[in-house]
Amino acid sequence: MAARTLYDKLWDEHLVREDENGTALLYIDRQLVHEVTSPQAFEGLRLHGRRPWRPEANLAVPDHNVPTLNRRLGIADPVSRIQVETLEANCAEFGITYFGMDDRRQGIVHIVGPEEGFTLPGMTLVCGDSHTSTHGAFGALAFGVGTSEVEHVLATQCLIQRKSRAMLVSVDGELGRGVTAKDLVLAIIGAIGTAGGTGYVIEFGGDAIHSLSMEGRMTVCNMTIEAGARAGLIAVDETTIDYLRGRPFAPTGALFEQGAAHWRTLKSDEGASFDRVVRIAAAEIQPQVTWGTSPEMVVPVGARVPDPAAEADPVKAAGMRRALDYMGLKPGTPITEIRPDKVFIGSCTNARIEDLRAAAEVVKGRRVADGIKLAMVVPGSGLVKEQAEAEGLDRVFLEAGFEWREAGCSMCLAMNADRLEPGERCASTSNRNFEGRQGQGGRSHLVSPAMAAAAAVTGHFVDVRGL
Amino acid sequence: MEKFTDFTGVVCPLDRANVDTDAIIPKQFLKSIQRTGFGPNLFDEWRYLDRGEPGQDNSGRPLNPDFVLNDPRYTGASILLTRENFGCGSSREHAPWALADYGLRVLIAPSFADIFFNNCFKNGLLPIVLPAEVVDRLFAASGGPAALRIAVDLPNQILTPSVGAPIPFEVDPFRKHCLIEGLDDIGLTLQHLDAIRAYESRRRVEAPWLFS
Repeated sequence: MAARTLYDKLWDEHLVREDENGTALLYIDRQLVHEVTSPQAFEGLRLHGRRPWRPEANLAVPDHNVPTLNRRLGIADPVSRIQVETLEANCAEFGITYFGMDDRRQGIVHIVGPEEGFTLPGMTLVCGDSHTSTHGAFGALAFGVGTSEVEHVLATQCLIQRKSRAMLVSVDGELGRGVTAKDLVLAIIGAIGTAGGTGYVIEFGGDAIHSLSMEGRMTVCNMTIEAGARAGLIAVDETTIDYLRGRPFAPTGALFEQGAAHWRTLKSDEGASFDRVVRIAAAEIQPQVTWGTSPEMVVPVGARVPDPAAEADPVKAAGMRRALDYMGLKPGTPITEIRPDKVFIGSCTNARIEDLRAAAEVVKGRRVADGIKLAMVVPGSGLVKEQAEAEGLDRVFLEAGFEWREAGCSMCLAMNADRLEPGERCASTSNRNFEGRQGQGGRSHLVSPAMAAAAAVTGHFVDVRGL
Repeated sequence: MEKFTDFTGVVCPLDRANVDTDAIIPKQFLKSIQRTGFGPNLFDEWRYLDRGEPGQDNSGRPLNPDFVLNDPRYTGASILLTRENFGCGSSREHAPWALADYGLRVLIAPSFADIFFNNCFKNGLLPIVLPAEVVDRLFAASGGPAALRIAVDLPNQILTPSVGAPIPFEVDPFRKHCLIEGLDDIGLTLQHLDAIRAYESRRRVEAPWLFS
């Protein structure tokens, strides 16, 4: 057989049928469900008198609307509350496992899935959420879908798909000290652009990728969608398998070992061909800070805000001018002179235990700077929160003047009460700096957890390696 | 889904690249549990001068006169002309719901984000990718005192603008068929029940850990 990419292998294993023009029916092993993109899908099932094909292949958890403060009081916003209650009622009606707001396992879907071992290598996994790409860190083909496809998977356990092209992003060598997975993926997006991965599935390879923990790999795959690709992939290795052992939804005993033997084959064959290959030298990557309203508008922390006058492409230059105007920034300003009003450490990109440890290490023994109105840490799940508390990280943050919240999506997209006010500037560990993303008129700068912590304690962006 | 029929419509030129789904329909409107009613809040933050909230009456809200959708020339537009990477960001199907609910039926851009592109077809919206230089020409033609109009012929894959030569376009044959016939994907997939069951039986043996 010809050498195949990891993507080819996952595709071939899940192909139910394919017609002559390339339209395929792909089997979907698992689906994660949250409250925002599912109500209309369940309503569709009801309207057609359909039942879920395999209820046990789904796991549901509310995350976008949930409050991160005073959870016992419930959700104050009646519209948000109805959405969460609708998810709970739908799960009860259709027999789907549901982790409610008072369940210690509740959290952001993309944190909960891997943490529970619901995500396994070699799977196809979807969710009505673009950051489903996160799960590709396990060598699973995982991508975001719209609500019609959520319904389609509920009803048939399949999706109608066309095969994407394959891109390899190889990050060679070693990341420098203090440079994290977040800096790595922001640098990749800066290099290929937010549409660079459109039409592709991206496999991340190279020494720097395989040196990352599972948490770091999830951060990289999470932001694949910000590079335009629906799915990111990382080949399975022992780090992957060790992470999964003993997780609640993972197989046990002989079945686990049988799975693991197969999972070890989930890598691209020697000589497999990719439609595009991008090589990045890990050692050249510096801590990154976004300055604009698209994740590709990113520079190293030691750089200055770029000048649209130096951009040859008129559409791009116009976009830069709009972004600078929205962000209230002038070309040539050193990044280290930009002063955030708020700091947000959280989101499906960076709210795992390792992220909180990295931020706490910077914060320890320091205080949130005077100019910072609010610095908050929102753990990715109830279990991450428990683990952090067992390690004393909550005390480190609280003593420094941070707020320590309950798990959820929170200020990554501001569907709950956590949001920026117009004109406010935020150092954020989330994934999108779009206009209005963190609150109408809010200005987001995407950074790693360590860089967000450094901005919190100094009051401005700063190279965390020099602290 | 309703069948996609040929029509001639007004082109609204939205001259921005990387328009994301947060801009198309801001997050506060995602709290709805319905599929309809998103049209008045399409591009809410650009279209109005105040902050929009779900459930409010939008008819009295102050309009942003600088936003192209509010330009009287483009009243009743059914074709949106825009720049590359339209629909990037979140997978929210509320974005195509809002565009369709507003009355748009065709979107033209040099490129679209993958998830958004796919979501459009499920909602009777036709996204058309044209080369950047053709899009440039359409932008130039659409900025005059009278709006540009385009006749859309999906069966023959031809756009005929009121100014300039006809423009052929590509569309996936399966998606084209589904649009023209108004077909529901789930219904089509359920025609292959036996193939799905056969696949599952095989996988239960090959990869039992996926079913444990």
